[in-house]
Amino acid sequence: MREIVILSGKGGTGKTTIVASLASLAKSKVMVDSDVDAADLYLLLHPVTEDSHQFWGGKTAVIAKDRCTQCGRCREVCRFDAISERFRVNPVSCEGCAFCYYICPTDAVTMTTALSGHWFTAETGYGPLVYARLGVAEENSGKLVALVREQAGLIAKERGFDYIIGDGPPGIGCPVISSLTGADLAVIVTEPTLSGIHDLERVIEVCQHFTIPVIVCINKYDLNETNCRQIEDYCRRQGIEIASRIPFDNVVIEALAKGLPVVEYSQGRVSYEIKRLWQEIVKNLS
Amino acid sequence: MIVSIASGKGGTGKTLVATSLARSLGDKQSLQFADCDVEEPNAHLLLQPTFSQRKVVFILIPRVDEAKCTGCGKCAEVCAYKAIAVVRGKVLVFPELCHGCGACSYFCPEQAISEVGKEIGVVESGNSGKIGFIQGKLNVGELAAPRVIVEVKKHLNQGGLVIIDAPPGTSCPVVEAVKDADFCLLVTEPTSFGLNDLALAVEMTRKLDVPTGVVINRNGIGDHRVEEYCLKEGIPILLRIPLDIEIARLYSRGVTLVDGMPQWKEAFRGLFSKIERIVN
Repeated sequence: MREIVILSGKGGTGKTTIVASLASLAKSKVMVDSDVDAADLYLLLHPVTEDSHQFWGGKTAVIAKDRCTQCGRCREVCRFDAISERFRVNPVSCEGCAFCYYICPTDAVTMTTALSGHWFTAETGYGPLVYARLGVAEENSGKLVALVREQAGLIAKERGFDYIIGDGPPGIGCPVISSLTGADLAVIVTEPTLSGIHDLERVIEVCQHFTIPVIVCINKYDLNETNCRQIEDYCRRQGIEIASRIPFDNVVIEALAKGLPVVEYSQGRVSYEIKRLWQEIVKNLS
Repeated sequence: MIVSIASGKGGTGKTLVATSLARSLGDKQSLQFADCDVEEPNAHLLLQPTFSQRKVVFILIPRVDEAKCTGCGKCAEVCAYKAIAVVRGKVLVFPELCHGCGACSYFCPEQAISEVGKEIGVVESGNSGKIGFIQGKLNVGELAAPRVIVEVKKHLNQGGLVIIDAPPGTSCPVVEAVKDADFCLLVTEPTSFGLNDLALAVEMTRKLDVPTGVVINRNGIGDHRVEEYCLKEGIPILLRIPLDIEIARLYSRGVTLVDGMPQWKEAFRGLFSKIERIVN
């Protein structure tokens, strides 16, 4: 069993569009949406059945008014500026360290666990999909990402699948790191914009930091050919393969409007390049 | 007044809108631009600032003096993040799990734990023309993006006009970039992905109690469901930017929309007047 994660650094370069097509091309696999902030893959894979599970995240302090003497010790030790002058805890700022809980001389603080989101195991026409929805303004996205990956791993093991294919979040921080540690291959989808290049370089550094092998796919490559060459030069210097170059084409948007992976909607250049990407992924993992 | 530009979904055009808004207002009034997308800060590519200051962001992590440590395990007991463990009388610290709360150091009965700074990012500030420019940058391999955003926000002038370019998503880094704003502009695109993530972002701004309006980018790309959603939810659509490959090409070269197509300046000034009317 091999695990592939699709990343991009910059958002909106086409990760989910490409992952949905890989779901159509790969036969023996489980799909996992590791973007728990904004999970979109299910919109293209159309779950038929779905089991919902609760995700209990980190803890938050709560101060009981009747026990609080307003001595101010909690406010002194809190480094997250989470306790107001009127001794109320702001749950958005509280990181659940429990320093206030330990320091309070009148035991007025309790630590409560909050329901921070849900995760789902779904059956789709393309096989199983694991995804999640983090409650808005919640923390612990990294933990939830680790959880959905773990569940996908269990399904793959149980059913003897060859691949786990993950749709990663944008950025380079906590949820991204959680989505890629221990994966066998990272596929970075970039676009030839200055932002795309800047973010590509940072996400490649993250992969290198965690020693994950990388290949690159340039989406909308004909948007700016000068920038495209810059990406190619950069990848060559880094010894990174460019596995495919997908042209800018309205069929991608048309397929999205129809709710279909683009490889099932059109047989043109875009689909050809995505198929090539899948072949390169398989080659890199064998 | 602080205006945060957020989106839910990545790549909908936050930075395009934020930089064009700043450029449209910057020659008429003083303002600060804060790039709070510290994982992938991009606004500098369009606004080309000159940086004059650089401040490293640290979090405090524990350092154990083995000569004083008795291996009692109190530090591990109070650590909520499992960032410190005691194995066979020896203390192990896992800096990547540490949130820097300081509890271990405070509660150590032997005063064996001091705190040392660990670099997690940097805040750079300077100017882009008349615009005060600040950006945060998270170091590669680090997790704590919100901590860098907090440091960026310390550079903001009280009472002045501030435009914040927020990160994508709806969790802690975005919350940090939006929670103190007077207005949150949500940039979306009229596709099923755009709609799905816009609804999540709206839920977030409501939870934070920040007034919201929408910019529809790449208008014409999809269907009318985003418009219908906004109408139903009573969220004003403040600007529509059409799907235009020339706009995409300008962005690809790092040129703001209003510098590449100056006729857009009036539209962005109009956008700002609408925001002012809603806030006041």
